[in-house]
Amino acid sequence: MRYLPKSPDERAEMLRAIGVDTVGELFSGIPAEARLDRPLRLDAGKSEAEVLGYFRARAAECAREFTSFLGAGAYDHFRPAVVDALISRSEFSTAYTPYQPEISQGTLQSIFEFQTLICQLTGMDVANASLYDGSTALPEAVMMAVRTTGRHRALVARSVHPEYRQVLDTYIRHQGMHIDEIPCLATGQVDSAALTDRLGDDVAAVVLQSPNFFGIVEEPHAIAAEVHAAGALLVAMVSEPVSLGVVRPPSEADIVAGEAQGCGVPPSFGGPYVGFLSTSDQYKRAIPGRLVGQTTDSNGERAFCLTLTTREQHIRREKATSNICTNQALCALMVTIFLSLYGRRGFRDLALHNLAKAGYAASALRARGATLRFAGPFFNEFVVSGIRPPADLEARLAEARIIGGLDLTRYYPELAGDVLFCFTENASREAIDRMVEIYTG
Amino acid sequence: MSDQDIKKARRHLTQNEGLIFERSSAGKTGVQLPPLDVPSIDPAAALGSQNVRDTIPGFPEVSEFEVVRHFTRLSTWNYGVDTGAYLLGSCTMKYNPKINEVVARLEGIATAHPLQPASTVQGCLRIMQALSRALIEITGMDAITLQPAAGAHGELTGLLLVRAYLESRGDARKKVLIPDSAHGTNPASAYQVGYRTQALPSNARGTVDIDLLDKLMTEDVAALMLTNPNTLGVFEDEIHRIAEIVHSRGGLIYMDGANLNALLGVSRPGDFGIDVLHLNLHKTFSTPHGGGGPGAGPVAVRKHLAPFLPIPVIAEDAGGTLSFDFDRPQSIGRVRAFYGNFGMLVRALAYILANGFDGLRQLTEDAVLNSMYVRTQLEADYDLPYDAPTLHECVFSDKRQARHGVRTGDIAKRLIDYGFHPYTVSFPLIVPGALMIEPTESESKQELDFLIDALRFIAREAEQDPELVLSAPRTTRVSRVDEVQAARKPILRWLPPTPTD
Amino acid sequence: MTYPNHLHYTQEHEWVEVSGSLATVGITDHAQHQLGDIVYVELPRPGTAVESGKVCGTVESVKAVSEIFSPVSGEVRETNAALTEAPETVNQDPHAKGWMIRVQLSGDGLPDGLLSAEQYEKFASEEAG
Repeated sequence: MRYLPKSPDERAEMLRAIGVDTVGELFSGIPAEARLDRPLRLDAGKSEAEVLGYFRARAAECAREFTSFLGAGAYDHFRPAVVDALISRSEFSTAYTPYQPEISQGTLQSIFEFQTLICQLTGMDVANASLYDGSTALPEAVMMAVRTTGRHRALVARSVHPEYRQVLDTYIRHQGMHIDEIPCLATGQVDSAALTDRLGDDVAAVVLQSPNFFGIVEEPHAIAAEVHAAGALLVAMVSEPVSLGVVRPPSEADIVAGEAQGCGVPPSFGGPYVGFLSTSDQYKRAIPGRLVGQTTDSNGERAFCLTLTTREQHIRREKATSNICTNQALCALMVTIFLSLYGRRGFRDLALHNLAKAGYAASALRARGATLRFAGPFFNEFVVSGIRPPADLEARLAEARIIGGLDLTRYYPELAGDVLFCFTENASREAIDRMVEIYTG
Repeated sequence: MSDQDIKKARRHLTQNEGLIFERSSAGKTGVQLPPLDVPSIDPAAALGSQNVRDTIPGFPEVSEFEVVRHFTRLSTWNYGVDTGAYLLGSCTMKYNPKINEVVARLEGIATAHPLQPASTVQGCLRIMQALSRALIEITGMDAITLQPAAGAHGELTGLLLVRAYLESRGDARKKVLIPDSAHGTNPASAYQVGYRTQALPSNARGTVDIDLLDKLMTEDVAALMLTNPNTLGVFEDEIHRIAEIVHSRGGLIYMDGANLNALLGVSRPGDFGIDVLHLNLHKTFSTPHGGGGPGAGPVAVRKHLAPFLPIPVIAEDAGGTLSFDFDRPQSIGRVRAFYGNFGMLVRALAYILANGFDGLRQLTEDAVLNSMYVRTQLEADYDLPYDAPTLHECVFSDKRQARHGVRTGDIAKRLIDYGFHPYTVSFPLIVPGALMIEPTESESKQELDFLIDALRFIAREAEQDPELVLSAPRTTRVSRVDEVQAARKPILRWLPPTPTD
Repeated sequence: MTYPNHLHYTQEHEWVEVSGSLATVGITDHAQHQLGDIVYVELPRPGTAVESGKVCGTVESVKAVSEIFSPVSGEVRETNAALTEAPETVNQDPHAKGWMIRVQLSGDGLPDGLLSAEQYEKFASEEAG
C-alpha cells in the first residue's frame, strides 16, 4: 500500500523488538468472539489513476458549466485562485487544532484575523473562531440567549432559513424550550405587530434573518429597542455574507450569527461550510466554541493562543457552553483570504454587482408578466410568482445550461409554485435573459 | 545534552509578518471584478437609506501578492502532518492523501449546489451512497447518516437517536453512563439531549468495571457511552458481557468511534453489540484536520434505530436513479442544513477506495505495530500506569519525571525542540500526568526511532538538567505563550490604533 | 502560609470572617494554590440569596473551573469589584484583599461544622497528601 512507509523487513524487525512473532499477537487483547473472521467485503485497493477515474465518472454525472440561479443558503460567488492555492499549504490543511501555540501561530493568527473580519462585517465586538455552519449557528445563538437570560422561549421569524429552523427544533427538543413562529408581512419583512404581541418576560431570544430566506432585507434596528425593553436578546442571522458589503450591519442586535460560505467556500453540495457567531463584549464568556486571543510569549513578543477555554466541553464537560469541539478552521481561512483579497473597496463593489444583477433580473421578469411575491427591498435574491411551474421546465433549463431557482413548495406550502431566485456576479446578463425567457415563455 | 542530540530537526529562519490589517493602505485591492453588464443600482434607492452602509471601517486593503506572502509566511509558523509525526492520542493524525484533495475539487462535485434537482447531481448522490455502504460494511452496522459535521455533532445525533428510540417504546429514561476515561464531549452531548450523566469509574485495568456496571445499569439508564478501544488504547475485553448487561435492562450502547483506526478489518462494532456509533472521518478516514476542522461525524446504527435517522436519506428507484427521501415520520429531524460536510465525504471515499479491504486491514495492523513499538521501547524510561495490552495508542505518565519537577506539559514542549508535534497532554483524566501517544500507521520506523531517541533524551534531561525541559521550547518562532495574560485580559480582535495627539 | 485565626474555614476551601451580622467570604490559600493563576472570578449579584453549602460562584484558572460554595446563608450585599480587573489578587492575598462576597447573614448566623485555622491547616495538608 503506497501510503504505508514500511518494508516487510522493517515490520519483522519491529515485531522482534516488541517481542512477538506475528502481528496477530498484537491483537490478543481483542476477544476471539469480537474478531472479524473474514475480509471486509470491499474492493481491493485501487491505484491513484483508478481513484481519479472513479470520481471523474461521478463528476460527469453532475451538471457542469451551468449558470446557477440557486441561493437559499449556499451561494455561487467567484473564488479567486489564491484561495485554494493558499489553503492547500499543508502546514494549514494538515495541522490539528492549535493546542500547542508555539508551533501553531499560523493557524492562530489567521483565526484572530477571521474573528476581526467577522466583527467588522457584523458591527459586533467579538466573534468566535467559527461554528459548523449557519444552520447550527442558530441553535448555538439561541441556547446562548437562554443561558444569558435564564428564559426558555424564543420567537423566530418564519422567514429564517427553513432548514436552519428545522435544525433549531432538533437541537432544543430536550432543552425545555418553546419556539413561537413569527409570520411575515406582504413586504416579506417580519410582522412586528405579531412580534410585539408575543414578546413577554419569558422570551430569551427574538430571531430574524437579514436578508431573510426570501431575500428581503429586514430592519433589525427598528425592533431592537422593543426586544431589549422586554429583556430578551435580539439574534440576527445572516446566510448571505456578501450582503454585508452594502447592507447595514445588524449591530443593534446582541448576537449576529450565520453562514460565511459565500465568502470563498465552494458550494460543494452543501458542505463543509463555516458558521460564525459574534456578539457584544459583555457576552463574551457565554460564547460557544473556540476563541483565539492575543497575548505575548515569554520574550514579550506578540503571540496568539486559544483562550477562555474554561467555557468548553473538555474542561466544563456537561456544564460547557456547547458540546462543540471542532471549528471549521480551514473554511474560516478561505473566508479570511477571500475577504483580504476583496478588501474594503472590492467587497463593496462585489455586493453592488450582486445588487445590480438582481435588480436587472427583477425588471426583466416583471417586463414579461411575472410578479415579485414580496414588496420589500431585496439584495440578490427574491421570490417570483406567476411563472411556469418549475417542474415542467427541467428539460428546457438543462438544454439552456441553466440551474433554475428553488421551488418553494416543499418549504412553504403557502407559496406553492413560487420560485426563489438568486443572482450573483457570476450570472451574465445573457444567462439572465435566457432564464427569464424560459420561465416566462 | 546539546542540539547535536536532535537528529530530526534543526533551527531555521521564519519571516516576520504582522496582521493583514497592518499591511493595509487605502486604494490597494487583490481582486478585479469583470465589467458590470447590467445597469448599476444606487443602494440607498434600492434598499432604503436606513438599510445601507457606506464602508466597512478597518477592512483591509492589500494587493493579491501581499495576501499570498502574508498567508504563506503564516503557514510556515505551523506544524502539519506533512511536516512530521503528530503524536496526538485519540486524534489519529495520519497522512492525508493528495489525490483526495484533487477529486474533492472536480467540477461537478465541488461546484454542485445542495438544492439542485436530483437529476443534475446523480454523481454526488452516488458518492454518498457508496460511502454509506462502505462504512456500513466496515462497522458491521445496518444504516447510517452522513449529516453530522464532526464527532461531537455525531454524539449529539446518536444520543438523539437513542432518545427517540426509547421514547417510541414509551420511556426515554433519565441517565447516560460514561466511563471516567471518556472524551469531554460525551457528557456535554448527553446534557444537550436532556440526560443526566453518571460517571463509571474504570477498574484497575483501565476498562469497564463489570460489577459496578451491573450495579449502576438500572432501568433509569438510557445508554452506556463507550469508547472502544478506550482512551488508554485498551480493547474492552468483556465487551460481550457489557452488551449483555446493558441490553438485558433495556438500555443501548453508544460507541464513540474516535479510536476506530485500531479495528479496520479486524473487529466490527456491529458484531460486538454496539447499537449506535459515530465515526470521525477526519481521524480514521484521512480527511485533513485543517487546523481544527472541518471534520465529519457520520452516525451508524443497527436496524432498530434506522427509522429515526435524520432527514433526508438517500433513496434509489427501480431504474437506479437516486434521490433524497424527506418523508420519514419517525425521524429526529435535521441536525444540519443540507446533507453534511459533503467535501469530507468525497475525501473519505477516495481513501477507502485507495486502500481497499486489504489496505484498511494492513493500515490497522501497522497502526498497532507502531504504537506497540513505541510502548515497548519507552517502558524503561517512562511510567506505564496500566499494563493491559494496547492497540493503536499507549498512555504513559510523568510520574518519574515529576520527581524532578518536570511534568507532561513540559516534556511535550521539549519534544517540539526535537522536531515533533507533542502527544495529547494530561488526558485521559484517569492517568495523572498522562502522555497519550498515537503514532498512527503513517510513521516510518526511522521517524519512530527518532521519536524514541528524543523521548529517552528528554527523560535523561529531566533528571540531569530539568531547567532545559522547563524552559522549552527554545527553537520555535515564539517561546512559551502567556495563556494567563490572554485569559485575564482577553484581546479577541484587532482594533485600529487610536490616534494620538 | 499561615491561616489567620480570626477566620473560619470549610472543607470546600472557603474562609469566612464575621463582623456583626455581615460575613465576608473568600477562598483559602490552599485553594488558590491548587488552582494556579486565577484568570476570572464569577460572583453573584448583590441582592442574590445564598445558602450555606450551595454554589455561589466560580473561580477559573486557564485550564480549570472551581465552584465556590457559600459557607453561610443570607443575602449578598457586596462583591469585590477589584477582582474583575485584577483576579490575580486572589493568588496574591487570598485571605484579605482577595475576598469575594459580603453576605448579610440570615437569622441562623454561622452554620455548624466550620473549621478553626488549626483544624483547616491539618485538613488541607492531609488532603494535599
